[in-house]
Amino acid sequence: MSILRNISLRSLAVWSRNKDVFFLTWKTNFLPPFLEPILYLLAMGFGFGVLVNVLPAPYEKFSYVQFLGPGLIAISAMYGAFFECTYGSFVRMHYQKTFDAIVATPISMEEVITGEILWGATKSVINGTIVTLVIFAFGLATLPGVLFIPFIALLAGLAFAAIAMIFTALVPNIDSFNYPFFLLITPMFLFSGTFFPLTVLPVAAQDVALAFPLTHVATMMRDFSLGTYSYADLWGCIYLIAITAVAFYAAIYLMKRRLVN
Amino acid sequence: MRDVIIAERLTKKFEDLTAVDGINFAIHEGECFGFLGPNGAGKTTTIRMIQCVSPVTSGKLKVLDMDVNKDQRRIKALLGVAPQEDNLDPDFTVFRNLMVHARYFGIDKTVAENKARELLEFMQLTEKSDVLIPKISGGMKRRLVMARALINDPKLLILDEPTTGLDPQARHLIWDKINELKKKGVTVIITTHYMDEAQQLCDRLVIMEKGKILVEGKPQDLIESQVGRGIVEVVNPEQGVEEALRSNGWALEKGSDRIFVYTNDRRSVREKILKDLPSANVIARDATLEDVFLRLTGRGLKE
Repeated sequence: MSILRNISLRSLAVWSRNKDVFFLTWKTNFLPPFLEPILYLLAMGFGFGVLVNVLPAPYEKFSYVQFLGPGLIAISAMYGAFFECTYGSFVRMHYQKTFDAIVATPISMEEVITGEILWGATKSVINGTIVTLVIFAFGLATLPGVLFIPFIALLAGLAFAAIAMIFTALVPNIDSFNYPFFLLITPMFLFSGTFFPLTVLPVAAQDVALAFPLTHVATMMRDFSLGTYSYADLWGCIYLIAITAVAFYAAIYLMKRRLVN
Repeated sequence: MRDVIIAERLTKKFEDLTAVDGINFAIHEGECFGFLGPNGAGKTTTIRMIQCVSPVTSGKLKVLDMDVNKDQRRIKALLGVAPQEDNLDPDFTVFRNLMVHARYFGIDKTVAENKARELLEFMQLTEKSDVLIPKISGGMKRRLVMARALINDPKLLILDEPTTGLDPQARHLIWDKINELKKKGVTVIITTHYMDEAQQLCDRLVIMEKGKILVEGKPQDLIESQVGRGIVEVVNPEQGVEEALRSNGWALEKGSDRIFVYTNDRRSVREKILKDLPSANVIARDATLEDVFLRLTGRGLKE
């Protein structure tokens, strides 16, 4: 585990650098995560949702728009980290040479990558929390469960940031990010129990969807928003932590292979 | 005098290329040491090994009595590096760039603020403190990169091509600052393509080619030992001139449009040539480091 030996709290200086840039332009940064869920709620929830009469168990007591809300939080948590640690990290690594500047100081490459992943996860928490506030304002989430949603967003953010960093370590150029977005992120966005319950799918398709990290994030978000907790939340949590650990290790290994030579 | 860097049989291999091929050198405390050589000679690779960002393939490399394989963090804390490529943070102002960099070193905020102001003053950038990086000139960027390299009061300052692409005023300002730092006792390592720069700044230097060190020494000593004190050029020589010159037993080299005669006594060489070949176009001048460089690495293109 020599990779972990080079990681310390100095990663936070890298995290702080990204946070500082983010807050320099906070007005433009906060607007999209605030407006987007409102548009989705209006179109999909209050528009399309009118056509949905009955949801399958355990959501039979809830309206479609109540079902949809937590799905939107999960989606924003996924995109927050994944965008940041693909396009954002690639620009800093490749175009701005920010990583080179940082490793000329006592900070190690491992700490740079860790700081980037922590920042990606922070973006998930920020975006997820904004969406949660919108949904709460619409009366679609209940206390006290909703208070735990930022922690679920953090868990999701760490997983998606680490996965994103693997692609950043592998892509030859910035256009290549189209592949993970098209082949991984878009299918998850649509088929993770975000817009409809997975139980309406054939069993085989449900099994595939269970492998998606976003499926578990959406389930946890929904259960904590609506109070429909089950053991699935615990398993989901363990699954996300396991994915994060593996992806984090792989990301650091692959990044070092790319950059330390 | 203490050696701050010692390299023994230092080697760096990439997949299909030996970038640095078993070189030996020692850099003394307080001197300005230059790495010269054509593109691809291995200068930047050597520097990247010194700054602990490129692992050593084999051989020994000690920086400030520490091993680059083990003490990267402690070594990097004592180095200041101004890289060849501008990697300033475009999202921040001039001042903020220094502050963010200071945070990577774990420098206390108020200490860093004072240091940043002092360095901006030193590099004549105070007026630009609050300007974003994309809005300052290339010369200012180079100066800021140098200021940034000094934020941690380094024992050893590494400047990779510090004046490439700068106008003469900007170059001279950088040279002045390097000389001021030398006077303060900072050990400076520079790489450069400019021989006048190396001759001006370096106490000692090496000329590298294809990963090997060709010569090492003080600029003036190298000039005298490699080419002699003077050069006599015969411009656009006619047929037979080369043979005529060679018959005098002089050290010659043929360029594309002239013949170079290397000598310690350029005056008598010039007189002798003009006596034998009255119509020749002859220039006699001091030998420079550029002559050493070209004589050692050849006058043809290197790429």
